[in-house]
Amino acid sequence: MNHGTSLLWKQRALSSLSATRRGLPKEKMSENGMSRAKVLTIDTMNPTVKKVEYAVRGPIVQRAVELERELSEGMKKPFAEVIKANIGDAHAMGQQPITFFRQVLALCSYPELLSDSIFPEDAKNRACRILNSCGGNSLGAYSASQGIESVRQDVARYIERRDGGVPCDPDNIYLTTGASDGIVTMLKLLVCGEGAARTGVMISIPQYPLYSAALAELGAVQINYYLNEEKCWSLDISELQRALNEARRYCNPRALCIINPGNPTGQVQSRQCIEDVIRFAAKERLFLMADEVYQDNVYAEGCQFHSFKKVLFEMGPEYSETVELASFHSTSKCYMGECGFRGGYMEIINMDDEVKAQLTKLLSVRLCPPVPGQALMDLVVNPPQPGEPSYERFISERTATLSALAEKAKLTEQVLNTVEGIRCNPVQGAMYSFPRITIPEKAIKEATDVGQQPDMFYCMKMLEETGICLVPGSGFGQKDGTYHFRMTILPPKDKLKILLNKVQEFHQKFTQQYS
Amino acid sequence: MKQLEYSDLARRMTQIKEDLRQGVEKPFKEVIDVSWGDPHRGGMKPLTFVRQVLAACVYPQLMNDNKLPVDVRQRAQKLLDGCAGRSVGSYSATQGIPEIVQRVSEFISRRDGGVPSNPENIFLCCGSQWALSRILNVLVNAEAAFTTGVLAPAPCYRTTTLSIEGLGGVVIPYYLSEEQGWELQVEELQQALESAGGACNPIALYVINPGNPTGHVQSRKSMQEVIRFASEKRLFLLADEVYQGCIYGEKEFVSYKRVLAEMGPPLSDTVELASFHSASKGFMGECGLRGGYVELVNLDPAVKKYIYTLFTADSSAPLLGQIALDLMTNPPLPGDPSYFQFDQETQHIKSTVDKNVKKAFEVVNSLQGFSCPAVEGGAFAFPRIHLPAKAIQKAKEVGMQPDTFYCLKLLEEAGVLVSPGSDFGQKEGTFHFRFCILILHDVLEELLRRLTLFHTQFMKDFS
Repeated sequence: MNHGTSLLWKQRALSSLSATRRGLPKEKMSENGMSRAKVLTIDTMNPTVKKVEYAVRGPIVQRAVELERELSEGMKKPFAEVIKANIGDAHAMGQQPITFFRQVLALCSYPELLSDSIFPEDAKNRACRILNSCGGNSLGAYSASQGIESVRQDVARYIERRDGGVPCDPDNIYLTTGASDGIVTMLKLLVCGEGAARTGVMISIPQYPLYSAALAELGAVQINYYLNEEKCWSLDISELQRALNEARRYCNPRALCIINPGNPTGQVQSRQCIEDVIRFAAKERLFLMADEVYQDNVYAEGCQFHSFKKVLFEMGPEYSETVELASFHSTSKCYMGECGFRGGYMEIINMDDEVKAQLTKLLSVRLCPPVPGQALMDLVVNPPQPGEPSYERFISERTATLSALAEKAKLTEQVLNTVEGIRCNPVQGAMYSFPRITIPEKAIKEATDVGQQPDMFYCMKMLEETGICLVPGSGFGQKDGTYHFRMTILPPKDKLKILLNKVQEFHQKFTQQYS
Repeated sequence: MKQLEYSDLARRMTQIKEDLRQGVEKPFKEVIDVSWGDPHRGGMKPLTFVRQVLAACVYPQLMNDNKLPVDVRQRAQKLLDGCAGRSVGSYSATQGIPEIVQRVSEFISRRDGGVPSNPENIFLCCGSQWALSRILNVLVNAEAAFTTGVLAPAPCYRTTTLSIEGLGGVVIPYYLSEEQGWELQVEELQQALESAGGACNPIALYVINPGNPTGHVQSRKSMQEVIRFASEKRLFLLADEVYQGCIYGEKEFVSYKRVLAEMGPPLSDTVELASFHSASKGFMGECGLRGGYVELVNLDPAVKKYIYTLFTADSSAPLLGQIALDLMTNPPLPGDPSYFQFDQETQHIKSTVDKNVKKAFEVVNSLQGFSCPAVEGGAFAFPRIHLPAKAIQKAKEVGMQPDTFYCLKLLEEAGVLVSPGSDFGQKEGTFHFRFCILILHDVLEELLRRLTLFHTQFMKDFS
């Protein structure tokens, strides 16, 4: 065996204590071998796995799926269809893929099509270029663990263009299986220590529950910093400081996660705010994790996406040479909406070389990210250029998608704010509204009596009565005593209007019912 | 986590490739890399039917194209019907697209002579290794007073052992019997458990059949012994069966699930098992699509709930990988328009690999100091080299494992990259290397030619 591990377990061979004294599970086989306890039970399983929750696909979604089944079996319901407004899945809600991307991917999948005249020349060229960088010229070969080299180079160039020339080293680019893979891997790297030295990770409240799930699974300490709902979910440095100071008493804070544009809140951080966060991370020696998957989804006037990397470098070498940063992007959101391809990348700045070596090993365990996702990421960072045959169509599709989202963001804010008891901050970016709802005392009591969070109780009722599936705010975290839900802005405009009206009706009815 | 010997070799290969690109003179024009179990990289072609369906799913306008066979178009329609928004760009349900999960379960049942398979116990994942690491995550308790131990074979595919260690578990190696063609002998399992003594809490037993790197296909009798052992010693059985589509020679593949079911109660109702399969190997060879699945047998329902929740945080397996699984488990049937070509292509792959297996066996065993059992299944040959004392000495002097030393020289002087046995674990004082046999026959012949020349010289130099 590997010398290291064989030594390790030999060294641990202590005494020959009996199983019971060691506290290990006793043999529970009865005489005839029947009714024996399982090997893997809720007592013997990894306890951290039990703490994992992921509200986006949680119990309310399971109920939604059941209802769909009942509907399809002909059961009568107060609604004709279940609307899954819980998940940021654009295509599921009817958004169309970008033609150019799908053409190139089809050509890559079945290169015989290169002789087919229905495909434009630029799509064919692009497909050839991608296939040449794949083992055996096939999407079916493994790529290097870090991702196809030419794709990483293209990603680096994209980042340089996006960031006004700030240099990007392709060696710092890691292609990942969606952004989630990169985020979880980085957290794995960062989490260590025992007891009061256990790694603490700062995460915004409300947050995207992948973070809390990963932290629970890793047994890390989750350090909550609250976004300011009254100020459009802005981030106050004083709140970061408060959270950090308190956390230092019982853990070792090492990382600060920020989602910009925000999920579920949609806020787009100002440049000043980003600078302040960087200064804070530098001062407090925190590893910065910048989740920027919604970077093209910016709608509100006066709002602009500023990448953490760009701001970091513009703050000069005192910061750019010291602050450790990982930024994440994905093919799942923005105008592409290609969740099913599981394409993503992360850029890592100022990471210690030895840690990088560990990172490489960690990534190698899952072999490589899906190659079609890598190919798609290559197209996203390298879209058609002016003058190329596919350019016009690409630009018009992209613009149509993004402007539709912007319209729907505005519409959502407007309609929800007409409802008494619902207060919706402007949806500045991303794909969701996260309105605050007032839940009557009577309803809160009933919820508590059945052991449910009040907003889960509310959302479940909404699901049963309208077929609309949302995610309760408790799944994302919120200030005590406040309640929210997260609803996507993804359904087509007409459908969204109907949905919003139904939400309005339900809320009024619910408030009435529990007054 | 210890650095793999292979990584140094891989780095050296990159340098050599760059040298070649720059026009540096070498005794070879290109590097033959057979260190990966990657058929497409080895020159094997993807199956036409598979790629046509994938293309039509990715760009549905192709379905208006009469150039695509009718069954391709029908299959693509059916698959898209199961996708939210009729797009392969949407997420799927956590366990996978329900229609595909259903069809995978039917495949399993057919394969196992009718043993029932419940779709609720199946999770489609981003490759079988991902699925394995999720299940290991549930088994390995990093917070317990005693480290969780997982029995794994020696030699073993390094990704699995890395996975166990990365989760805070410890690998308990059980040695496969090289003299008996890499058979798994239950006495070795016993021996391994005893050596582990009180050092850890053994909770699982990992087997890979057909074997990687060994190429051994387990007999039914051996599998029964393993199952009995797992039951007796209260071990969760992890059965990695990704090479089930790669069988040569006379032995047949039978799944652990089937053997377990046929052993009847109480074993069939109690032994907890997770079996893994993937679209990466076999005729499909679609490693890059990341299509794998795990089937859970006899698990505690309460634990299954937690496993389900764990998988929800992964979102879903890539849609193209899921589609690849559907195509693998439901290929064209006789009478279908695509059947003829599909059959031709798979037969061609089969005859190529059969030839490779035979040729590799002949040539490798003809070389002085080499011994290699016939490859019964899987993607690799794993010959043993009896290195001369002088070579072992030289290796020690330069601070290398003897087989790594051999592999490095093979790379430098013959342009062939293989994986050194020390990365897989082997009995002290024995040396091996692993190379992929799912490659074009010409490439294999060239590889063997270079190996023969190199080895003859090597033995002269170090005698």
